[in-house]
Amino acid sequence: MSLASFIKSRLIPADLDQHINRIRKPIGSLGYDPWGYNNEVIKYGFALTKQLYEKYFRVEAHGVENIPAEGPVLIIGNHSGQLPIDGILVGYALASRKEKPRIPRAMIERFFPTVPWLGNLLNEVGAVLGDPVNCAKMLANDEAVIVFPEGIRGSGKLYHDRYELKRFGNGFMHLAMKYKAPIVPVGVVGCEETIPAIANIKPLAKALGIPYAPVALPVVLPAKVHLNFGAPMYFDDLEIPEEQVTDRVETVKAEISRLIDKGLSERKRLF
Amino acid sequence: MTKQRRPHILVTGAAGALAQKVINQLRDHCDLVAVDFREQVYLGDDIPSYCIDFNKRVFEDLFRRYQFDGVIHLGRIQSSQLTRMRRYNANVLGTQKLLDLSHKYGIKRIVVLSTFHVYGAVAYNPALIDESAPLKSAGLSADLVDSVELENLANIYLWRYPELNISILRPCNIVGPGVRNTISTLLASERAPVLAGFSPMMQFIHIDDMADAIVLAYRKPTRGVFNVAPQDWVAYQHALKLCGCKRIPIPSVPPLVPRLILRTLKLRSFPSYLIAFFKYPVVIDGRAFAKEFEFQPKRPLKEIFRFYRDNKRPV
Repeated sequence: MSLASFIKSRLIPADLDQHINRIRKPIGSLGYDPWGYNNEVIKYGFALTKQLYEKYFRVEAHGVENIPAEGPVLIIGNHSGQLPIDGILVGYALASRKEKPRIPRAMIERFFPTVPWLGNLLNEVGAVLGDPVNCAKMLANDEAVIVFPEGIRGSGKLYHDRYELKRFGNGFMHLAMKYKAPIVPVGVVGCEETIPAIANIKPLAKALGIPYAPVALPVVLPAKVHLNFGAPMYFDDLEIPEEQVTDRVETVKAEISRLIDKGLSERKRLF
Repeated sequence: MTKQRRPHILVTGAAGALAQKVINQLRDHCDLVAVDFREQVYLGDDIPSYCIDFNKRVFEDLFRRYQFDGVIHLGRIQSSQLTRMRRYNANVLGTQKLLDLSHKYGIKRIVVLSTFHVYGAVAYNPALIDESAPLKSAGLSADLVDSVELENLANIYLWRYPELNISILRPCNIVGPGVRNTISTLLASERAPVLAGFSPMMQFIHIDDMADAIVLAYRKPTRGVFNVAPQDWVAYQHALKLCGCKRIPIPSVPPLVPRLILRTLKLRSFPSYLIAFFKYPVVIDGRAFAKEFEFQPKRPLKEIFRFYRDNKRPV
């Protein structure tokens, strides 16, 4: 047995291997898709995330069955916590559900593809450069896509602004309308406490070419995370003025806000 | 009773392996004339072969003598060949001459071979780039300007003279036996450089499939620009592994370092102007071509890589 297959046998149990293989993805003969997703690498990612999800963050997910079993769908949530931990947990919740699991794709910052190793690794586990063309092509491919419309405004927010929704972009609504994709809102509670930041050193971020440079502890705290998925929201694809699109975005934002409040009220303690 | 006239076709870039495959597919049904800018090749007694600079006056004599019906322009000088100035003359001015003569002598079908390099490799490239995407390469590397100019020129003629029926094909990496481009040389080598931490998605098409695609395109006079790529993808470093290459990592950050290393070493197999293509993916969408011309590649990636793995040490 080669070293690689030995490591694989130790890290990836047979049922996990079967679980991933059962989720059919449109991939080529060598296990890749055009965005770099790799069916073998995701198994390692899945095994690692399972530990984080169940043991470290002890995630409680409600309503994950609201995500349709097939067809294009946008999973829209609130972004928080300096690192994209929320995206990973939301993705795992869907990929590990008992009934009709799916491996969703997450839209990531434009900064990541320029980072050696990390950019490729993120692509291999299903993350995709956050470009409207990518999102459109993926919805056309019937994928489930996770989008945080707040972008870095959300993930880079400081601890005193926690659970305050920043401005949402309208791009996701246009795509949802064009591809007739339902929107499943999700309220993420707990990720704000994983890496609480007290300040952002803007000159340092600029010098390093990164979106923000938080002043925070160099550890990820084991906060308990609550994910609350709402009912799918459907929008027609009529030609409407931008103002009305913004109104629709506000409806989604209000629903996410409600789901966050639900999570906050369910939460007994931070850790 | 007069015998029906066989189509007369001019094939450029005849010294290349791809052109010879195309010629072999067409020679039974067409009267071919082979031309190459670089060298004269022997293609059998039935195919006249010339080594001519398109910018010379004698080139026009071919059009007068053979009364072509179509042109298959595969003679783009690659960025690894000639100097920048001579390449510009050959690719841009030469192609212009070819298209002018085609218009003058009433050619009815032209297929121009371009490359996916014209899209340019940048970190923000989405995947499945379609034909309407801007050609960013010219702004990124002076060594790819002539390829973009060639395309633009063909595009101008495509719209200005619809009767020429120009189709421009932008294939992904063409590989396989006989191919001498950068990527094929890398896959065939014992040791191949990689940029540490970067393994972009790539697409490969077998030379025989590409020859099929060109012949299919020639036979159906649909004008337009088409990407040609199979529906299969692989990461660069994974491809090297499957080809049995040892990977030599080159430090990749900050961006100045690999550029400096490659410029100093002047590696022909890993040219500094293609560095971005080994860092960021340029994944093209070949579905429009596949649908329009009913094209289906027959050689899977595994077969392509097996060829390179088995031919590391030719006997």
